[in-house]
Amino acid sequence: MQLEAKNISFRYDKKSPWVLKDVSLSIQEGERVGIVAPSGFGKTTLARILAGYEKPSEGQVLIDGKELPSKGFCPVQLIYQHPELSVNPRWRMEKTLNECFTPDEALLAKMGIEKEWLHRWPSELSGGELQRFCIARILTPKTKILICDEISTMLDVITQAQVWNILLDIAKERNMGMAVITHNKALAEKVCTRTVRLDK
Amino acid sequence: MGKTLLNVEDLVVAFSMYRGDSLKKENLEVIHSLSLDVKEGEILAVVGSSGSGKSILASAVLDLLPKNAVVSGKITYDGKPLSMKTTPDLYGKEISFIPQSVDYLDPLMKVGKQVQGVKGSKARQEELFEKYRLGKDTEKKYPFQLSGGMARRVLISGAVMGNPKLIIADEPTPGLDLELAMETLKHFRTLADQGTGILMITHDIDLALNVADRIAVFYAGTIVEIASTQDFLSGRDALRHPYTKALYDALPQNGFKPIPGAQPYAGSLPSGCLFADRCPYRDDACAGAQPEREVRGGKVRCAHAT
Ligand SMILES: Nc1ncnc2c1ncn2[C@@H]1O[C@H](COP(=O)(O)OP(=O)(O)OP(=O)(O)O)[C@@H](O)[C@H]1O
Ligand SMILES: Nc1ncnc2c1ncn2[C@@H]1O[C@H](COP(=O)(O)OP(=O)(O)OP(=O)(O)O)[C@@H](O)[C@H]1O
Ligand code: SF4
Ligand SMILES: [Mg+2]
Ligand SMILES: [Mg+2]
Repeated sequence: MQLEAKNISFRYDKKSPWVLKDVSLSIQEGERVGIVAPSGFGKTTLARILAGYEKPSEGQVLIDGKELPSKGFCPVQLIYQHPELSVNPRWRMEKTLNECFTPDEALLAKMGIEKEWLHRWPSELSGGELQRFCIARILTPKTKILICDEISTMLDVITQAQVWNILLDIAKERNMGMAVITHNKALAEKVCTRTVRLDK
Repeated sequence: MGKTLLNVEDLVVAFSMYRGDSLKKENLEVIHSLSLDVKEGEILAVVGSSGSGKSILASAVLDLLPKNAVVSGKITYDGKPLSMKTTPDLYGKEISFIPQSVDYLDPLMKVGKQVQGVKGSKARQEELFEKYRLGKDTEKKYPFQLSGGMARRVLISGAVMGNPKLIIADEPTPGLDLELAMETLKHFRTLADQGTGILMITHDIDLALNVADRIAVFYAGTIVEIASTQDFLSGRDALRHPYTKALYDALPQNGFKPIPGAQPYAGSLPSGCLFADRCPYRDDACAGAQPEREVRGGKVRCAHAT
């Protein structure tokens, strides 16, 4: 599937300044696009718009030429910068992990996710452990485009490299498109097929 | 370098919890007899495996562990035992904290007010926001209106508001672009040069090498190596523990090559070396528990380190 953002402008309300102004971006099948800009320039905002969590004030987001579905599973999925803010604190990990599909045991083992953790609350895991759940839970074959917003800053470099290798294998196998937001240049060079700057 | 500010001796932290579906509680030990110190004017970087006990160490020092934590060992500040009960006045003043989770900000209070706290001044807050390039309008925002990196900078500003003598920083740089991250670390260095002791937990090893004095490497609840920053800068041969070398090799600029496997689960730790199942140099000498040894001026838990 191909994702296309056309002339996106966005502000959080009518009185506040524009966060994004006339941004266009496309992600083809199998492509991994790095999105780079300084802190506060609207990367997360754009990520949320691409995944359909936020409506652009102007412009549109199209998947294979059509608008994002408003019901059912969205083929564009977002892994958020702060895992602690993206899980339900009142759900045990098992429920969060299996919300939209059941990841197989081999995947969990590769991600270093222990079975014993499934019974825990999110507050009983380390930052990086929680982020690994947030990554595993959306790797369903139904995800066609994956938006990764600073997903590995909570991990040590070995686990980072492992997780990225898993994601790249899956992306290649399924010909999935990806947007990769990162401040880490070396990482972007290893992972992305091309890079765009939001601040020009 | 000055006197010892923070001293942690034989710290053990376990969580009392149910295992799986069983009805019996057991103690899950996540920090095993851990010792370290931070001196006046020093930056000690703490790096290592995700889930190795870095944040739990920070929580123990700040007396923020949850109720089901079972703790033993000694934590002292300037020679005196440290806890909410005995030394409540130290927290937030002489000792400040930058938490890993941005959840820590009060969602209902504008961030300018939060950073000023009860003791700080408006002028100092403005000075810090400018230093950290938070625009004029930032102080009037609520936490949910901040970007990830802005929230991190607000937390940092809050921690350096007073004149802390000891800073516990749990991941101060994720979400910051390189320039901002380096500025933050340089600010830490300036504070350290004025006498502040800083324990800085971080996954950004390459950045930490610019400012830290020593590096402690955590794995599965123990310190497997303490080395000078110089050893890391000299390259993998100057490092002592196979896990430290593996971390070094996995840095994106050094090849991005991960070793397979994961840190052992706290509930089923091996009796010998905790790294044995992933170590290419394992042999019979590794079967026993690995005590901390002095090697080339650093400390290491490995039978074969030279
Ligand atoms: N919910 C919100 N309401 C109002 N303003 C917001 C909201 N979320 C973000 N903003 C503002 O929008 C701008 C862009 O934020 P965004 O989170 O998209 O930046 P970012 O590029 O992801 O930054 P970082 O690298 O620090 O994560 C910031 O000025 C921020 O204050
Ligand atoms: N409340 C709790 N109950 C049980 N186990 C816990 C609890 N809090 C943390 N743990 C466990 O303790 C271990 C250490 O956690 P800690 O948060 O200190 O890791 P960390 O080194 O900071 O990792 P990261 O780099 O991912 O943040 C982890 O395996 C975690 O699952
Ligand atoms: S003690 Fe043995 S298994 Fe453990 S790190 Fe050293 S060589 Fe490897
Ligand atoms: Mg962001
Ligand atoms: Mg942590």
